Amino acid sequence: ELSPQEYFSSLQAGRASLAYFSHNVSPGAQPFLEQIENSAEALQDYGISVVKVNCPKEDVSRYCGKENALRKAYLFRGNMLIREFPTDALFDVNSIVANVLFALLFNEVKYVETLADLQNIENALKGRSNMVFAYVPATGTAEHRAVMEAAFAYGTVHQFVLTTEATLLKDTGNDESDVSSARLLFCHCQQATDLAEPCRRTAMGQTLTMLNIHRHLKLMGAPLVTEVAEDPEKVSTVHLQLGLPLVFILSQKETYEADRRTAEFVAWQLLGKAGVALLSRDLVDLNILLRSNVALKTPEEGVPIKYLVLEDTDEVITLVEDKNKIKQIQEDEEEDEEDEDEKENNNQDIQDDQVVEAVSRDKKRELPLEQILVLTEETFHSALLETARTVVLFYASWEAVSLAVLRSYTEVADHLKGTWGVLLSRVDCWDWPGVCTKENVTQLPTIKIYEKGERSVVYDGMWGTEELTSFIMLSRVSCPLKLATIDEAEGYLRGEFPSELSSYHHTSLLGVFSTATSEAREAFEEAGNILSGHVTMGMYFGDDALALSRKYAVSPPALLLARSGGRSVEGIALSKQSAQDMVRMIRYESLDIFPEITVQNLPRYLQFGKPFLILFSDGDISQMESKEMLKLAKGRPQQAFVACWLNLRKTPVGRGVLKAYFATMPSLPVLVWVNLHAGGQVFKFPSEQSITERNILSWLEKLKAGLEIPSSTLSEEDWKPPLPAYDFLQMMETAVPELPLHTSHRRGDTPERHPPESPGGDTAVREEPSQETKAEKVGSPGRDLRGTAPRLAAREKQGKRHSKL
Amino acid sequence: LGLALYASSLCAASGAAFLYHDYCVIGAGPSGLQAAYFLQRAGRDYVVFERSHAPGSFFALYPRHRKLISINKRYTGKSNSEFNLRHDWNSLLSHDRRLLFRRYSRDFFPDANAMVRYLEDFASLLKLRVQYNTAIIHVTLERDGQAWNGHYFLLTDQDRQNYKCSSLLVATGTWVPNVVNFPGSEYVEGYETVSINPEDFAGQTVLILGRGNSAFETAENILGVTNFIHMVSRSRVRLSWATHYVGDLRAINNGLLDTYQLKSLDGLLEGDLEDLAIVKDKKGKLHITLRFYLENRNTSAGIDSVTLPQDELDNFATRAPYDRVIRCLGWKFDFSIYNRSLRMMPGKGNKKKYPQIKPSYESRSTRGLFVLGTASHSVDFRKSAGGFIHGFRYTTRAVHRLLENRHHGVPWPSTVHPITQLTNSIIKRVNEASGLYQMFSILADIILLRENATAFEYLEEYPVGVLAELETQTGRKAPNGLFVVIMEYGRNFSGADKDVFYYNRAVGEAQHAWQSNFLHPVIYYYKRLPTEREMRLRPPGWPLPRPDAIHHVVEDFLTDWTAPNAHILPLRRFLENCLSTDLRSFFAESCFLFAFTRQKLPPFCRQGYVRMQGLVGSEGLRRHAVEAGLLEDYTLTDFSGDRPPDSREGSQDQLLRDHAIPVRPLQHLVNAKDE
Repeated sequence: ELSPQEYFSSLQAGRASLAYFSHNVSPGAQPFLEQIENSAEALQDYGISVVKVNCPKEDVSRYCGKENALRKAYLFRGNMLIREFPTDALFDVNSIVANVLFALLFNEVKYVETLADLQNIENALKGRSNMVFAYVPATGTAEHRAVMEAAFAYGTVHQFVLTTEATLLKDTGNDESDVSSARLLFCHCQQATDLAEPCRRTAMGQTLTMLNIHRHLKLMGAPLVTEVAEDPEKVSTVHLQLGLPLVFILSQKETYEADRRTAEFVAWQLLGKAGVALLSRDLVDLNILLRSNVALKTPEEGVPIKYLVLEDTDEVITLVEDKNKIKQIQEDEEEDEEDEDEKENNNQDIQDDQVVEAVSRDKKRELPLEQILVLTEETFHSALLETARTVVLFYASWEAVSLAVLRSYTEVADHLKGTWGVLLSRVDCWDWPGVCTKENVTQLPTIKIYEKGERSVVYDGMWGTEELTSFIMLSRVSCPLKLATIDEAEGYLRGEFPSELSSYHHTSLLGVFSTATSEAREAFEEAGNILSGHVTMGMYFGDDALALSRKYAVSPPALLLARSGGRSVEGIALSKQSAQDMVRMIRYESLDIFPEITVQNLPRYLQFGKPFLILFSDGDISQMESKEMLKLAKGRPQQAFVACWLNLRKTPVGRGVLKAYFATMPSLPVLVWVNLHAGGQVFKFPSEQSITERNILSWLEKLKAGLEIPSSTLSEEDWKPPLPAYDFLQMMETAVPELPLHTSHRRGDTPERHPPESPGGDTAVREEPSQETKAEKVGSPGRDLRGTAPRLAAREKQGKRHSKL
Repeated sequence: LGLALYASSLCAASGAAFLYHDYCVIGAGPSGLQAAYFLQRAGRDYVVFERSHAPGSFFALYPRHRKLISINKRYTGKSNSEFNLRHDWNSLLSHDRRLLFRRYSRDFFPDANAMVRYLEDFASLLKLRVQYNTAIIHVTLERDGQAWNGHYFLLTDQDRQNYKCSSLLVATGTWVPNVVNFPGSEYVEGYETVSINPEDFAGQTVLILGRGNSAFETAENILGVTNFIHMVSRSRVRLSWATHYVGDLRAINNGLLDTYQLKSLDGLLEGDLEDLAIVKDKKGKLHITLRFYLENRNTSAGIDSVTLPQDELDNFATRAPYDRVIRCLGWKFDFSIYNRSLRMMPGKGNKKKYPQIKPSYESRSTRGLFVLGTASHSVDFRKSAGGFIHGFRYTTRAVHRLLENRHHGVPWPSTVHPITQLTNSIIKRVNEASGLYQMFSILADIILLRENATAFEYLEEYPVGVLAELETQTGRKAPNGLFVVIMEYGRNFSGADKDVFYYNRAVGEAQHAWQSNFLHPVIYYYKRLPTEREMRLRPPGWPLPRPDAIHHVVEDFLTDWTAPNAHILPLRRFLENCLSTDLRSFFAESCFLFAFTRQKLPPFCRQGYVRMQGLVGSEGLRRHAVEAGLLEDYTLTDFSGDRPPDSREGSQDQLLRDHAIPVRPLQHLVNAKDE
């Protein structure tokens, strides 16, 4: 606060000041004074001082004298008056700062009203400097202030042009924009050469704030395309610093010119949204695919660069813009829960169960079910009596797994078409729950094989066409099968007898008994019952039993085990085993020593809980490898591990296994040791060594001693829910906030109808009458049965009730 | 038997001639016979007392106009017998397929005589032990520490014969007519005796007291021949299609609503009957007036001195005189036969016609006394179907199961399944179970989880009101959390005043399933059994306390909840998240891959593939799964290792998550049912 003399004497040349002259008390100017005081600090930043000049009462000079002069503020530069403002134009800090700067930056910020003016300025600037064109709906607004503040900082670099004419905004090609909001365009006139064409423009997407304008101008000032010759992880540009992504166009010497053009094209499209860099692969040693042509670096720390193979420039742009979109959604999330819902639901309602999805994709195909008899509650029992063997599939028409099995079942039916004595049938448990309950079907699907009027067997093998077919066929033959002659017995071992089974690959077991050994025979027969369908078992106790067993260096009771069509027969002596022991032994003995592991047979080997030594091979393994591995497997009678091989041609999913073990496909064949059940380490047999028993053994020694480093370790992760569920509880709580409260009283309940209930009163039933009471009491007038006795009486009574309350 | 002998000898010693049975059932109506059936099947010592010479004596008389309003739907297009019970409201539960009501009547709304015949057959074909012509006129208690419940029930019949029982099942229904007393009520005829011959009403003007199905049934019968019919009752008419309560006015009886709203002389009025008075004029016409006009009057004066409302208010609605007034006010439970020591108390408010019982159907004051059938409706009055055959046939079974556990050590029947069958078990039940469907919000299936959630135990149709007592009531243990499967209507959907036909009343999308309005399955998850306190403090209108998680299966126009994406998938996600596991099914090939690349396997592989029950799948299905991006096809010859190195571990899983192809629901079709 100064006196007029003090003020005028303090003015320095070149320094701007805003002065307000007042006599001591002028109550009307009070709010204005407050605003002007508030703006003092902001204006200080621009070197403008704000002064309140106290006019002495008798002063009648230029500024103090006239009454209406007191309603104005004056802007001076030095002692030169630049502008006088009516106080009502300076209604708040924004308007004060905007108007003051507007007046001071008269040259830096051109105000235009017509398109012609704008074009003139633009043309004049071409080839010289860039232009910042701003539209504000009105002066004195926050946006206007932001533009002026930016002009204060950048006015010497770019030419600022301001308008409040909405038509001008439209004429510059911003048809879509809403004239009620301010806009700012950066016009690239410096590089413009063609006088006829307007300068290229880049609109600012964000709202007009000082910070956003600053950011935009910074981005416009950055080089269009940055050339990079270092590790992209280390590159940092103004874009990344400002939180925008950086797109690398990967270039090679041969295509540099084209890539440069592409980069520039993309850069123009992405101007203001992302930076573009041109990376020469020749100069940087990148460990990436040759095919990759674009990389994306995001400003977030710790996010690795993504290398991509993109087809055209549109994809690059979508890449960035979608990224922005996603980010936007993430930002909006907190405000807008609907969006969140939507986003979550995008995944939640997508089927991620491979079986269910596969079955529903197949549902329109009509299944060839002619061969399979439909059974009902009425026909079930009679049907079982008609054929020697009835196979029944219990399923549910809505259940995916059982429908998947039904598909395999139709294939089985096709294989077995015309086979005598076997009837394939099905029961839909959705139609006939009674049958399924009675037949003790607790899981879907279930397959049972009923023997005419006798027992039934539950199928407990793989749900595959081959396995099921073989099971049905094998179980047709009694197990064990009594062989009458030595010829039959030998034919049986060769796999030629019984002839109907010759086409089904299986292991044949022959029990050889002298008539005396009935105990072992009984156990053998019992074991046969249990194993029926899984193996074939024969039984011979003829005169030549002794001779037959001698041939295989055992004496009766003995078990002869014929693998692969009788090419190798093993003799095993039987002692006093129970049927269960015998089952276990037969199951174990019928396993191969060095099996080819397949999807179907893996579980049989998994059950031992031992490590696996697997030879992965593309096609059959060589005889040499086979011989060495067999030696290895046989040489260790205690079987500390399962030695096996995997044919990638037959079991392609083995590639998936290798992919998981090693980042890249190793050269084949490859020998791998996997501790499936203990620790999950995977070791790879050195590829430079040849696969011989000796090499493997010494390698295994080293493994045991901990001298080898595992190639990878199997994930220990639990199987968690793949996706969250709908949180209905939370949705309900949001919608009905009183829900979590432990209730004592309900809102709007009418106490007169409900005297305090005894503790443990039935709360569930008590609420309904309240609505009814309300409805009656209010009784909308239009519906009122005017003057009826009941209504009259009710009113009377109500009065009474209220008085009681 | 030992107990019975002991008890009999005790009786003999005390000098009175008691006939002893473990269970006594009073009443051979539908619920008494239903209880007898279960007792018989379980081989229990029981007897049913019936005062008439045949079962179902109520139906021999009522409804007066002989038309049952419980539906007898003979065709549903489905063969599932359990499902079909959802639409058969008359049959009792039995194993005998001859005893399905559709064999007794072809009518959708059958004649009551068919019910009488049905009940006779039910009792005789199943050889139920019913003692006819035995009216129990008194019931009292005999304290005895040895008895099951600390006392025996002593029953006396009309011939002073005494009976003694350990457990008493009251299945007497509600048969005492409700009457009101007001001046002039002597001119009122009762529904029980009023003529059912329309001819008798020709040209008459009739006032009916009451607003229930019997009132409308009576009106329906004479609608065509009367001058006009007026109906008066305290409460507004409640339409069962608006309230979802079958005890409210059924559409089949509502002809009078039509003629009232079309101004065809008939009409409805609201008012308290106790304020009413009727005066008869010299011509025998009945005039309506108000009790308080009469109270101020000199009683000796004639009719002319009575103030009629129209004297003051000349447009009074019921100013026209009536020829007849008929009372159709329903029935109440017969409380008279119980000794005070049993403390059989009437319920409160609108439930005063029923005795007070717990949600387990046991009397609030007398242990061992269970109320069955219509008389047990206080548990779910104006909510569910417990007062009707199609509801109480299930609650009677529930009571029987509670008794089997309590007295005979037979735990509640249950089945145990591996966890991979969890989704299936729920889907199966919500699609076919009739008990859950009819007794919605009252009976619930309970799924008890076994340790580590590898298996579960399934209990059907447990009374949810006694959930807190589950362990003692069923003999099953629930230490590892449980699911409760129940059916519910939308909480704010139905009610007397609501428009149940508003646009968009049906929810079509699974994500909004909790707002479903029509009957739909709801699954509650509790990490531990709720306590009795929590049950008491449950949110208003909720059948159960706040769960740890809840799932609604979105309502379905066809009540068929088997759609893989809209019904089963969200349910699976809910179960997975409650159990913190992955319940998807996998082809054997995927299990093979997991077996070699992961230390742990998902339950489906563990319980199937590893046990040599892998789902091999046909080639066609495999191809579909590959196309859907849910299974990787490794047969490709071109394999150049071009995946980024980070997708190494668990790549398959990654694949399962990332490559799903969105299948957009056809929203316009889903919602089309509203149009």
